[in-house]
Amino acid sequence: MDNHMFAATELNQKNQRTEKLVRLLFILMAGLLILPVLIILFTLVYKGSSILSIDFLFTNPTNGMTEGGIFPALLGTIWLVVVALIVSVPLGIAAAIYLSEYAPDNWGTRLINLAIINLAGVPSIVHALFGLGAFVVFFKFGTSILAASLTLAIMTLPVVIVATRESLQAVPHAFREACWNMGATRWQTIRRVVLPNAVSGILTGVILEVSRSAGETAPIMFTGAVFFSPFLPQGVMDQTMAMSLHLFVVSTQVPNVPENLPYGVALVLIGMVLIMNSISIAFRMHLRGKKKW
Amino acid sequence: MSRNHAFDQRNLDWYIDKAVQALVFIGGISAVIFIIGIFLFITKEGIGFLINTLDLQEFFGSPYWEPSDEDAPEYGILALLAGTASVTGLAMLIAIPFSLGTAIYIAEFATGKTREWLKILVELLAAIPSVVWGFIGLTIMNPLIIELFDVPVGLTVLNAGIILGLMAAPIMTSIAEDALKAVPDRYREAAEALGATRWQVVFKTVLPAAKNGLLGAVLLGVGRGFGETMAVLMATGHAVNIPGSVFDSVRALTATIAAELGETAVGSDHYQVLFTIGIFLFLITFLINLTADLIVRGIRNS
Repeated sequence: MDNHMFAATELNQKNQRTEKLVRLLFILMAGLLILPVLIILFTLVYKGSSILSIDFLFTNPTNGMTEGGIFPALLGTIWLVVVALIVSVPLGIAAAIYLSEYAPDNWGTRLINLAIINLAGVPSIVHALFGLGAFVVFFKFGTSILAASLTLAIMTLPVVIVATRESLQAVPHAFREACWNMGATRWQTIRRVVLPNAVSGILTGVILEVSRSAGETAPIMFTGAVFFSPFLPQGVMDQTMAMSLHLFVVSTQVPNVPENLPYGVALVLIGMVLIMNSISIAFRMHLRGKKKW
Repeated sequence: MSRNHAFDQRNLDWYIDKAVQALVFIGGISAVIFIIGIFLFITKEGIGFLINTLDLQEFFGSPYWEPSDEDAPEYGILALLAGTASVTGLAMLIAIPFSLGTAIYIAEFATGKTREWLKILVELLAAIPSVVWGFIGLTIMNPLIIELFDVPVGLTVLNAGIILGLMAAPIMTSIAEDALKAVPDRYREAAEALGATRWQVVFKTVLPAAKNGLLGAVLLGVGRGFGETMAVLMATGHAVNIPGSVFDSVRALTATIAAELGETAVGSDHYQVLFTIGIFLFLITFLINLTADLIVRGIRNS
């Protein structure tokens, strides 16, 4: 019986069987989460790709939005995103620098962190109500790119703050100490040592914010984006069409739309967002490979 | 005084440093200002109605929502609340097992390339805009449900619940994965040294240790489901109704604001009651986020 000393006992075998079963179950769960999305993406490409063309991207919608392209919506989304970035990127980076480099560990800082979490957690339609009440009505911007972009900027501020703070904190503390010991002020240290080492991480956050802002619908619905506009926006006080709202409009509000048109709009929108996110992910992985500390 | 003067090193750089400190501090508190601003502005627009006209008992207790009726408008959100709750509930039934399962697989079982790719896929999933999810509910899920279950309408609790579940799962997965990663490796090593199999390590050691973080992930998922707008607007069927089964159409609180705000005149009763719903949504999500944060922070400190 001695040679059986290391043979698997019945308990071992039972454990091994459970182990295999559990592993299989988890793979299945992960697969079931990913699979429907792959099927959906495939369907979007399958049904929408027939309408995609350079013309589709660069012409105006015609015949009550049942024909033609999506140019005003595409341009409008670019307007909205760029104006939102002009506001939220400096503000978000400043907030992250404060939180990472200056903030003491006290209730005030906890309050700021709590506010950031809630800013990200408040429903998008509540941001829309705020944008309407504050920017459109109270500050009298009217329904305009400015009002919509400010609403978007506030809603997506946490994206920039969190990404920037993370990349600032990833810079080793020893770098700062070395700089302080040379007699540099806090700001000199941040500007010459911390920020240059964190800039690519910040950029990833900004790309993520572009993707978030481009896809949001509810916050711009009542603040600056319109169902249809015969004119292209000329400035920040104009109303505009937007990709996300355009998808909502052509798939629910307009009768007799040919089937492939909304699929095409959805495909362009999701393509924009996923490409942005992929760039951000690739960038991050590239960085991780390059880091020397 | 003059004696100290020699040691006063406040040059231009010192002043610039102080100025920058003040500037970034403004950036830091801007988040607090915005969150207070949001609350103040939606309250400002909705408070008059809340105090003067609204009967809270009717508001929360009546299933009749007829705010645009000229003669006898009714402002009961019970059916809308039931719509939101049923869709969120079903979404969580779907999202909780899948997101926790995926998180456990990524954090404890998967290795190397598989793990990297899964994480990337989950992140991309989280990026799909909600209006695209709504479109998927409308055009892909709708006919699918009609055909599979032989029902007349496919824009139902079931449709929106599945869509919302798929939407919430990736975010819950990454938060849950963070919670699992926060469990120190020595816990796992100790359990393994005692002869535990991988599965025993996960279930008897890692999961109990990560309990709070996982609860936080679930709560954030609930908050997310509660506040989701475009997807539920497009996939629920948008009918004011207390659902009797998952094959009933419903209407959500958020979707009601999105669908009706455009038709109301600024300052009218209808406009104000939508802001009152907004106040309610703000407070609920604030509470959920606060609780989730306290729970997650709790484990980090201990």
